[in-house]
Formats: sequence, structure tokens, C-alpha cells
Amino acid sequence: MAVISRGFTGRSREHNPQLPPGQYLTTDFPVLSAGPTPDVKTADWQFGIRTDDATLHTWNWDELNALPIETIDTDIHCVTRWSKFGTRWRGVSIDTLFADVSTTDRYVMAHSYGGYTTNLPLADILGGKAWIALEFDGQPLDAEHGGPARLLIPHLYFWKSAKWIHSIEMMPTDEPGFWEQNGYNMYGDPWLEQRYW
Amino acid sequence: MVTERETRDAPPHRIGLWHVGVVVSTAVETPTARSIVLDVPGWGGNIAGQHADVRLTAPNGYQAVRSYSIASAGPSDRVQLAVDRFPTGEVSPYLVDDLLPGDEIELRGPLGGWFVWKPTQTEPVQLIGGGSGIVPLMAMIRSHAASGSTAPFRLLYSVRTPDDAFFRSELETPTAHLEVTWAYTRHAPDGWPRQAGRIARADLSASAFAASLSPAVFVCGPTGFVETVANHLVALGHDPERVKTERFGGA
Repeated sequence: MAVISRGFTGRSREHNPQLPPGQYLTTDFPVLSAGPTPDVKTADWQFGIRTDDATLHTWNWDELNALPIETIDTDIHCVTRWSKFGTRWRGVSIDTLFADVSTTDRYVMAHSYGGYTTNLPLADILGGKAWIALEFDGQPLDAEHGGPARLLIPHLYFWKSAKWIHSIEMMPTDEPGFWEQNGYNMYGDPWLEQRYW
Repeated sequence: MVTERETRDAPPHRIGLWHVGVVVSTAVETPTARSIVLDVPGWGGNIAGQHADVRLTAPNGYQAVRSYSIASAGPSDRVQLAVDRFPTGEVSPYLVDDLLPGDEIELRGPLGGWFVWKPTQTEPVQLIGGGSGIVPLMAMIRSHAASGSTAPFRLLYSVRTPDDAFFRSELETPTAHLEVTWAYTRHAPDGWPRQAGRIARADLSASAFAASLSPAVFVCGPTGFVETVANHLVALGHDPERVKTERFGGA
């Protein structure tokens, strides 16, 4: 069905089973943001989880850093079609943060400093699948890559890994976040190529 | 950053289908870039600032897809792209060096409901582009002109040298309600009043709409350019929620 592009061969390559469909490999770390990079000082930083009964669990920077910090080696996949293999992060598992949180809700909205939002099923951020990342490649996270702290949810397209994470709010139903209202998929599985509406 | 109003009137997305586009013409824009006009039956038009997925297919069935900003806007099935060659890229060298009039490529879209300008907007608009970052801003300038909008537009366009400007003749043609300021980062034309150098806060103070006018601001270009400009704008008092950015990477 597709038309052949005269003279186009592409790069000769064998299929790489590590690369989701429609992705290409990069060694850069491109930046995608919808607005200015917020300047968030760790002295002012706070992270919270708000549950359906309006209970707010909060951590300041020192409290977060006092929790068990895990090393995560993972591939990441951006909806703009780059994938980056073997990235190394350090961060706090969302399981650790939810240890004392009880909720019957099945969805969450992640909120960032600067106003960005993204929606997720709760099941996708528990069970060792998601972290609040504080370091990338052995260094504190740069502001343009989401520092001082961002979500890291490597099994979904990277727009779900909200930069400048500020809070997680429980939701009874799945509501669209920022890019999800602007044309991107509600779930974003790179292996199913769930890029757009 | 997200308000009810801005998101509710996001455009409809008709992105499921791949359309066959036929190359009508190409034009050299810079030593490394060219613009490509395509007829894409069924495209149905796009809003200024949106982008398109472009798919190339090799004879063995191998496909590569990349997103490119659209330089044109409006209801037409005729679409203009402008592509800078990313030397180690897989798709952009083909589009810049190999594509000929009459060739067919596939497009899907339009995509994106955030970095867009619509003729119904009446506030002042400040466009700030670096290099190929002019492409979605050009669509806004064209949409503004075509609609007869009287919203005041300003463009601050940063390029390395005079040869690196996209759409130069069009941007140098005086247009109602549009002011264009050029900034050269490596070398400027002889006698140019501004010394060559990257856009500084003083450039924004001198030639961009002031924050007090609450302009809508669109910044597009390489990541470092966008980071620097957006940080200056916030420092100059612009509401971060009114500064929309798009960062270009190679493809």
C-alpha cells in the first residue's frame, strides 16, 4: 500500500528487537518541553501525593533523599521517535512513596512545577515500574531534563515521565493531561505505537 | 501552563490515514536546507504551527518516519515543508538532497494542538526563531497575512550568517502588522548595526513586545537557543504560561 520513495534505501540495518516500532536510536538526549524550564530550587522543593479523601502526603528534598535510592538502568523511548539505550538513573521508587498511602482510585494525574500534567493508571507507577529520578548518568538531574526531580516511567513514551514533578493526585477515572489533550495517546505504550489519538 | 480555554479549542486530529503527497516544487533555502511544496489530496488543511509525519519507504519495505513542521497554513491540500539537513540523519538528507518534483512521499497529520496560532487570536504575537526554527513561525506569519488579521506581529529571527536565513525574500517584503528583526550570530552583513552574537536579553528588551503587553510568545529553534531565550523572557517578566516553545532536534 505504501508508495516506494524513489532512491530511498534508509540505513541498512538488521531488526533490533530492543527498538520499539517506528523508533530510531540516538546517543543524544534531546529535550522536548512545551514552555520555559522552571527554576526549582531544592530548598523550596516539595513533592506530594494527594488521595481521594484529600489526605496529602508530602516530602521535602531532604526527606526524599533520605529514602532508599535505587539505580535504574533502562532504555527510554520518546514519542518524537528517538530511543536511547542503556540510560542510568538514580531515584526513589514510587512503591516506597506509596507505602503509607491508601486509595481506591485507579488513576493518577502527575503535576509538575510550571503546570505540566500527565495521566497514568496507578498500576503503571507501582510494582517497580516507576521512580522519582534525582540523578541521570551519575549527575544531579539538569533542569532542562526535569531537575531537580522528574518521574521516570520507562515502559511508556517519555512524555509520561513528567519533568519537574511536583505532585501525584489520585483520580477515580482516567482524565487527559497536557499532551493527552493536545493530540497524544491516553496511555502511550511504545511497543504498541500508541502515539496519537 | 494549561488552561481550560486553551485546551478545549485544540484542533481536531485526523491523523489515522497516510496520504500520498506529490512533490510540486522544491527551493533552496540555505546551503543545507530546502523547502518542498507538495500536493496532498485529502490533507484538508492545517492550523499554523502544526507538524506532519513524513514516511519514506525503501524498495525492500523498510520505512522511516520523522515529524516536520509545516511552513504553510490554511484549508488547502497544498503543503509546504522546509527541512534542514541533519548530516547523520536518515530522512532529512534524502528530503534535502534527493527528492525531485513528481516524487511521492507519504504524510500523516496535521499533528499538535499546542504550538499553534489561530486568526481568531487578537493579542500581540512575538515570534522568536533560531535557524530552521522559523518554519512553524512562517506558517503563523502567512496565516496572519492571509486572514487579514490586525493583531500586531513581531518576528525576531536569529541565524548564523545572512546565507542561513530561510524565506529571506518573503520576510524582507514589507507586510502589514509585521515587524521583522534580524540577529546574526556568526557574521552580519557589512555595516549591520548589531554586532554578530547570540540573542541576549538586551535584544529581547530592544525588539520584542514588552511583557506588559501580554503578548503570546512562540519560541522555536535548537534546544540551547530555546532554553536561553525562554529564560530571558521569564526574567523580563513574561508570564511562563504565555511562552510556548518548540525545540528542534536532528532527524
